[in-house]
Amino acid sequence: MSLVNTEAQPDLLVVQDFSLRFRGAPSDQINRVSFSVGSGKTLCIVGESGCGKSVTSLAMMGLLPAGAAQINSGKMLFEGQAMNLADPKAMRKIRGSRMTMIFQEPMSSLNPVFRIGDQIVEAVKAHSDATDAQARDRAVAMLQRVGIPAPAKRMRDYPHQLSGGMRQRVMIAMALVNDPALLIADEPTTALDVTIQAQILELIRDLQAETGMGTIMITHDLGVVAEIADTVAVMYAGTVVETGPAERIFNDPQHPYTIGLMSSIPQLTGARGRLSTVPGMVPTARNMPAGCRFSTRCPFARPVCTTEPPLVEIGDGHQAACHFAPLEIKLKESA
Amino acid sequence: MSDNILRARGLKKHFTTGGVVMGTAGVIRAVDDVSFDVRRGETFAIVGESGCGKSTLARLLMRLLSPTEGDVIFDGIDVRNLKGRDLTALRRDMQFIFQDPFSSLNPRMSVGKLIGEPLETHFPDMSGAERRAKVSELLDKVGLRPEHAERYPHEFSGGQRQRIGIARALASAPKLMIGDEPVSALDVSVQAQVINLLGDLRDELGLTLVIIAHDLAVIRHMSDRVAVMYLGQIVEQGTVDTVFQHPRHPYTRALLSAIPVAAYGQRLSQTALHGEMPSPANPPSGCRFHTRCPYAQDRCTSQAPTLRPTGNGEDHVAACHFFADIAAAEPDPGRVGTPPRAAGASARFALYQDAMQERANVRSGQDQKQQAEPKPFHQQESST
Ligand SMILES: Nc1ncnc2c1ncn2[C@@H]1O[C@H](COP(=O)(O)OP(=O)(O)OP(=O)(O)O)[C@@H](O)[C@H]1O
Ligand SMILES: Nc1ncnc2c1ncn2[C@@H]1O[C@H](COP(=O)(O)OP(=O)(O)OP(=O)(O)O)[C@@H](O)[C@H]1O
Ligand code: SF4
Ligand code: SF4
Ligand SMILES: [Mg+2]
Ligand SMILES: [Mg+2]
Repeated sequence: MSLVNTEAQPDLLVVQDFSLRFRGAPSDQINRVSFSVGSGKTLCIVGESGCGKSVTSLAMMGLLPAGAAQINSGKMLFEGQAMNLADPKAMRKIRGSRMTMIFQEPMSSLNPVFRIGDQIVEAVKAHSDATDAQARDRAVAMLQRVGIPAPAKRMRDYPHQLSGGMRQRVMIAMALVNDPALLIADEPTTALDVTIQAQILELIRDLQAETGMGTIMITHDLGVVAEIADTVAVMYAGTVVETGPAERIFNDPQHPYTIGLMSSIPQLTGARGRLSTVPGMVPTARNMPAGCRFSTRCPFARPVCTTEPPLVEIGDGHQAACHFAPLEIKLKESA
Repeated sequence: MSDNILRARGLKKHFTTGGVVMGTAGVIRAVDDVSFDVRRGETFAIVGESGCGKSTLARLLMRLLSPTEGDVIFDGIDVRNLKGRDLTALRRDMQFIFQDPFSSLNPRMSVGKLIGEPLETHFPDMSGAERRAKVSELLDKVGLRPEHAERYPHEFSGGQRQRIGIARALASAPKLMIGDEPVSALDVSVQAQVINLLGDLRDELGLTLVIIAHDLAVIRHMSDRVAVMYLGQIVEQGTVDTVFQHPRHPYTRALLSAIPVAAYGQRLSQTALHGEMPSPANPPSGCRFHTRCPYAQDRCTSQAPTLRPTGNGEDHVAACHFFADIAAAEPDPGRVGTPPRAAGASARFALYQDAMQERANVRSGQDQKQQAEPKPFHQQESST
């Protein structure tokens, strides 16, 4: 969809083999997670609540609380520069300028005692030589673009004077004002109604086309995923269980968790019977099963599933971590 | 007894903001003349733009806020002046489910305490043993297990915490539950579990549900009737099927055409609605939607439309001067439907359903033999 990067380009960002364990946990909560995003492209990360989406993105920003988590492995390649995820110092230089993030909780990321205008101006000046006046102009222009009316006036507001939806848009403006090469957006539109959500998605698409910004979008709204994703990574219990081009994930899902997730979506037409679900609950670090982490809930589970299934290529960059992918063929073979 | 369990009549809530001293005092018309009836046993949904007054309305219905004007009649009783024991009875009969399963449960209370607390309040005569038995029963009802009573909220996933919240709301044996975005913090598979649960409870216990949600597919799935709000007022109301298939108010049309569909290749071509919602402190004259309505005419800036029947049967009403003309000129925007599923996806969904069914059959066979065994698979739900 974007105008930039129609040819295959080297990836803007590559994350490889990221593993993390919280203090005192008996197993790695995040287990060898890898993914990549190209310039001007959007990767959507989806998965069950608590599967590690936010933790992964905080690690990329070097923002995990020190001491709480131990990063056991993980490399990051960003704009050609190699970094070690276990060493957050390297990320400090790019954070806020080349790589920015819209956080899941807008309230906790705006400072309640400062005017929103000053907060955005501060963000501009921290990463450029802009004068006060220049920084102010850029802040106003960006507030305008995220659809805040009378932005020059609104600059003087404190966060509590804005509705939830407006606060969310201020956060988005702050993340975009420095023209980042990569935007990480964690549930950016969950608090917004569908019409405002559509405006925000359009804005992100425009910026991708204009500046070649790459985007990682974390969301549980599969409608949003269908709308903007070039590629999708599906996570379950700290692992990437399926990844590939959006079209393949929607039209040819292969991992049983992805299939369960997709078939749980309420539809806009047709019968309104009982929704299909993924029964049961996600295992905690304490009762993580050996082998496939989905095996406690998978209707296809077999004895072999107590060994860890690797991510295998099914074609066109589409990969699934299941002993029985592609499903129809392998199930028949095993029957 | 009337068939309407809850009636709102001319409800208004105006907040005063700013300081008189600073000369910035203003009145925010968060809810501005809202009337509707909720029928016993139905699920009634409220949708609308962020900031249009949905949460304020819910709090008025619960009498957590008192209205500036207007009345709420619950089960034939005007709740405005309820005090003491009568107010406690209202709190028992009408329960609230919060949006956020993470912050709405006290982290220092065990699940048993959390659910036992409303039992203590509303049924003080219950013995400790009776209360524990009731807690177990409630946990079972929401798909959790009795031993979960010993645990604390942080040990549960988002969906399970929402179940705990629902068990807590059910404890007082309410007649009506109001959910303000009860499933929007949940991922779709967990969301589906909670939607199914609420539907079951409604059928089993004859509950009435009032649901506020952003997700229109969720609303369509759960509800019988829906009210669409814009800037403090209801602009359209009717059965879910009618409103989704034949929306009449231009705002509803915009809303429905902005829903992203979870199917590949369904990108929206353009933004459905431009401009910002006007401030409820200074609502536009005439039709409040005229500043953003693509069909607005001169009359709309001076004359406020009222809700009137659309002729689409079963009390479908809309507040727009020109809905008949617009409907005649423009086809119904309802998406002709989700496109047919790709062959691969359909095949995979069918495989998954069959496998689930098979597991469920095996399990129910085993269950009869070994009731006491832990359940490794499929702990909470029936499979369809
Ligand atoms: N500081 C911490 N100490 C211990 N465990 C933590 C900490 N922070 C997060 N976790 C755990 O790590 C796991 C991943 O959490 P994360 O917030 O990344 O989930 P998520 O995928 O973003 O979920 P959601 O969709 O609900 O936002 C969870 O099980 C969470 O409880
Ligand atoms: N205590 C209050 N004081 C002043 N204004 C308030 C107060 N509570 C709500 N408002 C205002 O009333 C309007 C309606 O708010 P409300 O929270 O009911 O909206 P909502 O429809 O629930 O929005 P959302 O979808 O974002 O939750 C908003 O403009 C809000 O800023
Ligand atoms: S490896 Fe086994 S348990 Fe895991 S998803 Fe595949 S079939 Fe299911
Ligand atoms: S009354 Fe006029 S402005 Fe209001 S919705 Fe109808 S056409 Fe639009
Ligand atoms: Mg998260
Ligand atoms: Mg609200």
